Amino acid sequence: MTPGIVIFPGINRERDMAIALEASFGAKPRMVWHKDTDLSGIDLIVIPGGFSFGDYLRCGAMAAHSPIMRAVKAHADRGGYVLGVCNGFQILTEAGILPGALLRNASLRFLSMECHLRVERGDTAFTRHYHAGQTFRAIMAHGDGNYFADDATLDRLEGENLVALRYAGKSGAITPETNRNGSARSIAGILSPNLRVLGLMPHPEDLVDPLMGGIEGKPLFDALAAA
Amino acid sequence: MNQNVNESLAQSFGLSAEEYGRVLAIMGRTPSFTELGVFSVMWSEHCSYKSSRVWLKQLSTKAPWVIHGPGENAGVVDIGDGLAAVFKMESHNHPSFIEPYQGAATGVGGILRDVFTMGARPIANLNALRFGRPENPRTKRIVDGVVRGIGGYGNCVGVPTVGGEVNFHPSYDGNPLVNAMTVGIARKDKIFLSAAAGIGNPVVYVGSKTGRDGIHGATMASTEFSADSEDKRPTVQVGDPFTEKLLIEACLELMATDAIVAIQDMGAAGLTSSAVEMAGKGNVGIELDLDHVPARETGMTAYEFMLSESQERMLMVLRPDREQLARDIFAKWDLDFAIVGRITNTGRIVVRHHGIVEADIPLGPLNDQAPLYTRPTVDTRKQEKLNPARIEDRYGLTRALEKLVACPDLCSRAWIWDQYDSTVGGQTIKRPGAADAAVVKLEGLKRALALTTDCTPRYCLADPEAGGAQAVAEAWRNLTAVGARPLAITDNMNFGNPEKPEIMGQFAACIRGMAAACEALDFPVVSGNVSLYNETEGKAILPTPAIGGLGVLDDAARAVGLGLPPWLDIVLIGATTGWLGQSIWLREIAGREDGAPPPVDLAAEKANGDFVRTHILNGTIRACHDVSDGGILVAVAEMAMASGTGARLSAHPRDIPGHAFWFGEDQARYLVAVPDHAGFTRIAEAAGIPVLRLGTSGGQDLTLPDGGSIPIAALRTAHERFFPSWMDEHPGKSRPMEGQTDGNGSQ
Repeated sequence: MTPGIVIFPGINRERDMAIALEASFGAKPRMVWHKDTDLSGIDLIVIPGGFSFGDYLRCGAMAAHSPIMRAVKAHADRGGYVLGVCNGFQILTEAGILPGALLRNASLRFLSMECHLRVERGDTAFTRHYHAGQTFRAIMAHGDGNYFADDATLDRLEGENLVALRYAGKSGAITPETNRNGSARSIAGILSPNLRVLGLMPHPEDLVDPLMGGIEGKPLFDALAAA
Repeated sequence: MNQNVNESLAQSFGLSAEEYGRVLAIMGRTPSFTELGVFSVMWSEHCSYKSSRVWLKQLSTKAPWVIHGPGENAGVVDIGDGLAAVFKMESHNHPSFIEPYQGAATGVGGILRDVFTMGARPIANLNALRFGRPENPRTKRIVDGVVRGIGGYGNCVGVPTVGGEVNFHPSYDGNPLVNAMTVGIARKDKIFLSAAAGIGNPVVYVGSKTGRDGIHGATMASTEFSADSEDKRPTVQVGDPFTEKLLIEACLELMATDAIVAIQDMGAAGLTSSAVEMAGKGNVGIELDLDHVPARETGMTAYEFMLSESQERMLMVLRPDREQLARDIFAKWDLDFAIVGRITNTGRIVVRHHGIVEADIPLGPLNDQAPLYTRPTVDTRKQEKLNPARIEDRYGLTRALEKLVACPDLCSRAWIWDQYDSTVGGQTIKRPGAADAAVVKLEGLKRALALTTDCTPRYCLADPEAGGAQAVAEAWRNLTAVGARPLAITDNMNFGNPEKPEIMGQFAACIRGMAAACEALDFPVVSGNVSLYNETEGKAILPTPAIGGLGVLDDAARAVGLGLPPWLDIVLIGATTGWLGQSIWLREIAGREDGAPPPVDLAAEKANGDFVRTHILNGTIRACHDVSDGGILVAVAEMAMASGTGARLSAHPRDIPGHAFWFGEDQARYLVAVPDHAGFTRIAEAAGIPVLRLGTSGGQDLTLPDGGSIPIAALRTAHERFFPSWMDEHPGKSRPMEGQTDGNGSQ
């Protein structure tokens, strides 16, 4: 599988993502500037975190209308793999590739801290190296990570088992205290119906080396490299 | 604008009668309105350092590893592997009082530009913040705005904010301090400077468009505040971190080519100071045609163009044959790019607007004849050394500790750093709270930088010379405590009105103390910033020479944190006399703010620090924390809270009263956790290093020698209560314990 990172102006976690991808895939990923539209040869499209177009208007809204997103959508429609992290997740929802929206954190403050994610399903290309019910540590760093969708959509996501990750305590317990940004049903990451698109707010790419403080994010990239 | 230029207008621009006389002599005629504007900003305290320059010369600025000392946009030091660290700290105090969010945000933006203008990719931000009393209703609004502003800007540009310090004191009620520091990395053979060269070369403007914001900001920063200062809100600039991010990427992309001859950001005094400095340093002339400057508003005058402090703008001199290449790069990033002038051989700055010459000033005299004052000084009266035996302890150790770890100056700063992205870039090895200094690795290398900001203003008020030395020594100690080799500092000198002899005396004495410490610790000053007139209605702030320190670790994996691992011996390095003068215990528990501050023995600092560093790097020391505000017991508690591991402490030496031993603030001390205290003690004693075993780590309680015992969880709750309950008014809702990890030592 060949990964490529899409870069919009204002994206700022592309270097972190490239390090994580290289560590698992064994080669530097291709970096694609948003004004390009040629994604041929890329099997896994990654949209990293940051502040695309300054988050002006609404997080991810401007990037979602950038020409390259048509190519990303076509790739997803063909059943290609897409990973959107943080701003990348926001862009995927704004582009309609994933449902729902990311609202301002309930505390109305930027949250930069460690969190624990409970794996809701361990049988996808993204999560196969974890197992369902386990938790892993990740870093969150966002001002708008409060996942929102109407009840029908949330019921459908849960009914079709498309919630990939939830904010939890270390032991897996889900409480209001573990849901720091106020996300609906503690949702941290969701999948497309064909399980080929994952959007999540926290940053697994920032825990792939013991020196960074842990390697709990690495299984996600290892799983993709093996897919 | 056809206002009559005369002495009274000059005065309203901040020039004294004598200074205006000098302008008339240089020009040989009455200056134009625009020319008067240029002189007034270039000769403002903020740009000319007219009160401080004579003193700053005393600071040691050289070492074999210093590539560029003060005088450039930022300091540059050799860190090995063919790389250089580029760093500086700068104040944005006055704007942050008037408009906290934008003031702090643009402070971050400005210091970032100082660093990347030299060709360095910014890898870390730090800050040093001082606020008024928490009880002052205004303080809360300022803290909220400043923290949001620093986060709003730093998070968006994608540079991690990895460290800082915060103090509260009534003297900052009307004058908070916001000092921002940026550290960047460049190849040491690719450092960009600002001296213009090449007669006929194009002068290029890039970045944001120019508006009317921030006009005369530099002059505002050079006067005291009065009750009507909020009327000055229009002089505060508005930041756009998204454009800054584009500017960083575009400039670094262009810097990878050979197109740039010279480059300078437009900071204080905007186009005026960047053009004057570039041409002045290169001993050439410069012509500007304002008709080509990208403008955000219509109808702007030459005066407004020249003095605007609109953010996110740079001025460059390019090789003429590389103009198209540069134009294409800026087009890729959707940034303005305009040729606004040429380099000339006239030695003058000539400014045209609508075909009319609006300013024509000889650069030599504008720079060389800038005012320079040796203002009168008065020494601060020395305070008496307090005898700890005469200071009654009515609290006992347990209650005092619980109160101290919860007080605003010592409580957890997690509420603040949780709002700063500290991990973007993926290189932050020691995050805020994990160690005495932040540790940031260099991408793809083993090498890492250690970074800290430090100052103890109450010491500086009581004894400016000792306080100045202490600030430098504490920065050196904090770098040492992670295992780094301290290399150099940047200083941010925040003081009151220099026209008052007692304030100038504080400044001069702080410099003396700093100079001695820099010399003794081989820790030169490579960049800095002076902020004077930090007064509101005649009341000055505490003298605050904030120090930003930088050190290097050859192997990032060797860095240690402060989190206490279980089942180790806790050993104190350094001599203890029980110094209570100016201590936090004295202020918070005994309600007194008097006495001489602790003396700084620079030879002991050096010896103790070198010993500690050696034993961190050889793996003996598993965790390390310097002993500073709050003394030994607070330091032990901080180590225990960082990891969740408790400790059992032994009795203190009989010759010092308990409260003085445990809470005194003698300098040059470290707490270290080692597996074998006996062997370690033998080595220390053989090296002549004062060493004392304090106890052992383990369990979930902190057990004190007087029999008292506090669960670490309870200490943490007390420690973390202040900021959330003050700022967010959700009393009792503290951070979940479970989600926390210390990220160091104990795994």
